Amino acid sequence: MRRATLGKSWADGEAIVRQGEVGNSMYVVQAGEVEVLRETEDGEVRLAVLGAGDFFGEMSIFEREVRSATVRARGEAQVLTVDKRTLLKRIKKDPFLAVSILQTMSNRIREINAELVRARAAAASATTENPELETR
Amino acid sequence: MGTASPGARYGDGDRGPRFRVSEMRITRRSTVEELLTALPEEGTTGLSLEDGARIAVIGGGPAGSFFSYFLLGMAEAVDLPVTVDIYEPRHFSHSGPAGCNHCGGIISESLVQILAAEGINLPPSVVQRGIESYVVHMDEGSVRIESPVHEQRIASVFRGNGPRGGGDMPWDSFDGYLLEMAADRGARLERKLVSGLEWVDGLPRLRHPGEGGSTYDLVALAVGVNSNLSHLVRGSEPGSATRTTRTYICEFQADQRIIRETLGSSMHVFLSDIPRLEFAALIPKGEYVTLVVLGDDIDQALISAFLASPGVRRCMPEHALPTVCNCAPLINIRGPRKPYADRLMLIGDCGVTRLYKDGIGAAYRTAKAAAETVVFHGVSAEAFERNYWPACKAIERDNTIGKFLFGFTRTFKVLGVWRRGVLRMTTREQRKEGSRRMSAVLWNLFTGSASYREILMNTLHPAFVAGMLWNLALGIRPGGNGHRKTGGVNAQGHTGQVVG
Repeated sequence: MRRATLGKSWADGEAIVRQGEVGNSMYVVQAGEVEVLRETEDGEVRLAVLGAGDFFGEMSIFEREVRSATVRARGEAQVLTVDKRTLLKRIKKDPFLAVSILQTMSNRIREINAELVRARAAAASATTENPELETR
Repeated sequence: MGTASPGARYGDGDRGPRFRVSEMRITRRSTVEELLTALPEEGTTGLSLEDGARIAVIGGGPAGSFFSYFLLGMAEAVDLPVTVDIYEPRHFSHSGPAGCNHCGGIISESLVQILAAEGINLPPSVVQRGIESYVVHMDEGSVRIESPVHEQRIASVFRGNGPRGGGDMPWDSFDGYLLEMAADRGARLERKLVSGLEWVDGLPRLRHPGEGGSTYDLVALAVGVNSNLSHLVRGSEPGSATRTTRTYICEFQADQRIIRETLGSSMHVFLSDIPRLEFAALIPKGEYVTLVVLGDDIDQALISAFLASPGVRRCMPEHALPTVCNCAPLINIRGPRKPYADRLMLIGDCGVTRLYKDGIGAAYRTAKAAAETVVFHGVSAEAFERNYWPACKAIERDNTIGKFLFGFTRTFKVLGVWRRGVLRMTTREQRKEGSRRMSAVLWNLFTGSASYREILMNTLHPAFVAGMLWNLALGIRPGGNGHRKTGGVNAQGHTGQVVG
């Protein structure tokens, strides 16, 4: 079957957004996969892998902060750009549109909370097994 | 509490509705006036849905599917269990007219983005071609206008399953995809015909040929202007009903490679000086090219004159053959003054839609406004007036500006000096970075991505006016086209080049 996908094509490893840059768009994956990476002093930490239908960069729609992570194509990926201005103009007329974005953001907070609980439990467990860790 | 329906609820202190006509019958021949005057006399303020309410949507095109999809989502969000039945006897998996809703099949840039934000992503099997540029053809030459973000954000689609005689197609219908999406959310698809609408004890009741009727708490008519049921909403009194005009659509078949080489991923728009021609477009779709013509009294002579014009011959793919699939559908150019009554609303093309462009975007906007009204404000005429009508009115107001813009274009496109000025200004803008005022105006006018008001405001900007006057002056100068014609380039109108 021939394929006609919307958006822009990104090659494997190409950065779609970069951590620290100012953004004014969000992005929706149309085909393929992208990985969300947080750059730290110890190197890159992969936060998530997103596939068709997932979106990223939505925080720049609602705040003026710089990008909090880098997103790279994982293999060839097709990604649609959604302009901040287009989206906010529509949200002004149709506030319910924001609900679907908020639902995704809410799910992410839930996942982050679960991740935090797992990390703290692991830390607590490590402390119990090796009390010296707590005193360091 | 009203007694009429298990799904109806009335405001506190309300005595419930009294009806002037207890069993008013409305058939295919009824007018919109008859339809909308078969109303409760009083006491309908606060009429709203409650648990178990039944909603009928007549028509499974984009307006009907969007309405059902959003209504079910919002009802679920507020824990309101409702039933939605979509009446659509056609199967969009059929090729040709049997499965088609007769339109050019362009999903605008702004709608593609908004749908993606809604979580509605058009799959590759539905998108025939991602459009990333427009080529404007005039008698003097052609110019390609690139997407501001250099990205394919406009989709060309088939409303049904492609042209008649196309065989078993390896793609999906856009309308079919949306209908399936509504069904996945819980809408029930009824393949029955609806032959009429009647009011029984204040509730709308649908009639079906050869069997009894079905009573609902709300009926949403989304029947467009080309179905037999459009008689339900076409009135006889001037000024009260939907006004329409005809377009012409024809599918041409050619080799996919040749289409890609000649038309590329561009939509081709023609502003030719041909009498009675408003404008025309060629839309690439896989191994087909859709021709859409808009004008006054379109006939074979107009189509022949257009196909023989130099601009069309330059870019029509070699050996492209017209298929048997052509039609002259009606389009809505003015909606009814009041597309609602108690428990009844008109959405999509049979109600209010956008002039000439982005009809599917207008269907999305009005359908969602209708769904929000029904779930959060009720199903009374008063609720529709306050919450649904403003969305329709905004489109109607904008259409008034659109009529002015298209009238202006119609008047001036016959002047060679004007066409040269527009072409020159656009070409210069596309050659360099920086402000692209004319390009933005043409892009928004042809793609339907911005409101007509926004386009008008852009044309009133002093920099735009000055730029246009400067380029007009250069065009008046003898031999002052300002550009060396570049022969030998293909019809994709390479950016910044004037194709001679």
